[in-house]
Amino acid sequence: MPARSLILAACLAAAAPALAAGNTEPDRVARWEQLAGLIFGDGVEIAPTETAVTLDAPKRAQDSALVPITVRSTPDAGVTALGLVVDENPGPVAAQVRFGPAGDPRELGLRVRIDGYTNVHAVATTADGSLVGNAVFVKGAGGCSAPITVSDAEAMAGMGEMRMKFGADAPEGAGRATLMVRHPNFNGMQMNQLTRLYTPPRYVTDIEVTRGEALVFAMASDISLATDPVIDFLYRADGPPAPFTVTVTDSKGERWSQEFAAPEMTN
Amino acid sequence: MAPSSRPFPTTRRDALLGGVCLCCLPGLARGSASLDEVSPGVFIRRGPDAEATPANAGGIANIGFVIGRDAVLVTDPGGSLADGAWLRAEIRARTQRPVRHVVISHVHPDHAFGAGAFLGDAPEFIGHAALPAAFAARGDYYRARLAELLGPENAGPVVAPTRTVGPDDAIVDLGDRRLRLHAHPTAHTTCDLSMLDAGAGLLLPADLLFVGRIPSLDGSLSGWLAELDALAALAAPRAVPGHGPALVDPAPAIADLRRYLTTLRDDVRAAIAAGRPIAATIETAAAAERGRWALFDDYHGRNVTQAYKELEWE
Repeated sequence: MPARSLILAACLAAAAPALAAGNTEPDRVARWEQLAGLIFGDGVEIAPTETAVTLDAPKRAQDSALVPITVRSTPDAGVTALGLVVDENPGPVAAQVRFGPAGDPRELGLRVRIDGYTNVHAVATTADGSLVGNAVFVKGAGGCSAPITVSDAEAMAGMGEMRMKFGADAPEGAGRATLMVRHPNFNGMQMNQLTRLYTPPRYVTDIEVTRGEALVFAMASDISLATDPVIDFLYRADGPPAPFTVTVTDSKGERWSQEFAAPEMTN
Repeated sequence: MAPSSRPFPTTRRDALLGGVCLCCLPGLARGSASLDEVSPGVFIRRGPDAEATPANAGGIANIGFVIGRDAVLVTDPGGSLADGAWLRAEIRARTQRPVRHVVISHVHPDHAFGAGAFLGDAPEFIGHAALPAAFAARGDYYRARLAELLGPENAGPVVAPTRTVGPDDAIVDLGDRRLRLHAHPTAHTTCDLSMLDAGAGLLLPADLLFVGRIPSLDGSLSGWLAELDALAALAAPRAVPGHGPALVDPAPAIADLRRYLTTLRDDVRAAIAAGRPIAATIETAAAAERGRWALFDDYHGRNVTQAYKELEWE
């Protein structure tokens, strides 16, 4: 997964100047066609859907640095993987998530950065390997709201600290959890005003959650993920009665791992 | 420098305040913007409770200058190069003394981007020790957005401080008045600088104090509440907030802001404890404050988001 995401990032970086610019609807359509080819493969068909996969996002972002997006899919879609793309961002691929046998793809919540006005696409791989996609249009906020982390010692403090919260009101057959990871997710856009050099990016590249031997989900992510990544996810209620293990890797190759006891199922 | 037991002695300047004839001063009227002499030699332009637009040239913050015996201190320089150029013209309409100090109270564009208008004066540009890092992260982004709004020629450059303050206080001496600059821990932003003119009994907290206009939280909610306590403890008779009237009695103004921030904190904490997500919390947290602040709907949702991401780690 890291190798693939690095290759993808390199492709996107190289392709960036050639990507459709501008922010009219035809520009956005053209940009998405190019992006979809780069991310999911040239000529791969992504069938539009308004039901199998849906996105819940604010029409206008309250905070460009933290825009909550929830992707839902229907059980009969049999989603095995999900890509979340913020089209106009410098690193558009916010996350690519693969669900395992202990995971439940019906709902996934992420927090992303949004730079300007953009479509946000969710593309799901279904049981038969075909792709379906849906999108929402989000207006990034202006003014003092910047999708950029201030790179200072404070932002680095506690890097790698994790929490797991277990929630109620999960859909039938599932448990609900929220994973929180302390990480500044520097996007590498901070320029030192004296040296005119950019601070190197440092961001979370991979998050893997397993339960016992079974995968809940594995996520490859990029600079579009907000500082201190928080992931709301579902897991199968009939999964192994074992603790959750979370492993987080960042772009510097640093790795953190932690175990969380699962709550008792009371029903 | 600790405040003395009598931090705000009555001075001859104070006694003269009532004798200053504002209408005799030149250059007061210029378009819709004007300057109030809030204390002898201290001129403040009240920013409108509005977002930055081409019509206001980004001039939405309270900005101004202090004319001392030897030199002029500018704080803040304004919301754009155009705003800063207007401020500089207002200074030159009143005095030919040199502009030696330009204080940039924090990183936000409505306060910082006028600094370019003063480059020709070769002043020292003063900011919080954390301001260079904040400019490094966001300066180019803010400039690009401002250029989109006002045109590149009106936006202005990012001017990094040539003198930083913190953790120790700094003194700027204008000859007949000494201003104490204090670098705050993370509060409104990561780089808030306030000034105190003890002789005049005047506190200049910049955006640590919003009056009537919804505050914007871009640092730390708990940090800001702590710094409000510190500002209140100064017991300054008068203050120039970063937004709102040019001059206020600080005690009730601080109390209003504290009420908003405290309500925000308590409601967001309760939402997190109940497992309510951010989007739903935006609709409910501190909703009772809606009628009390201008631009509430433009900033409150963002404040809730900021508070949520801070408090969920408690």
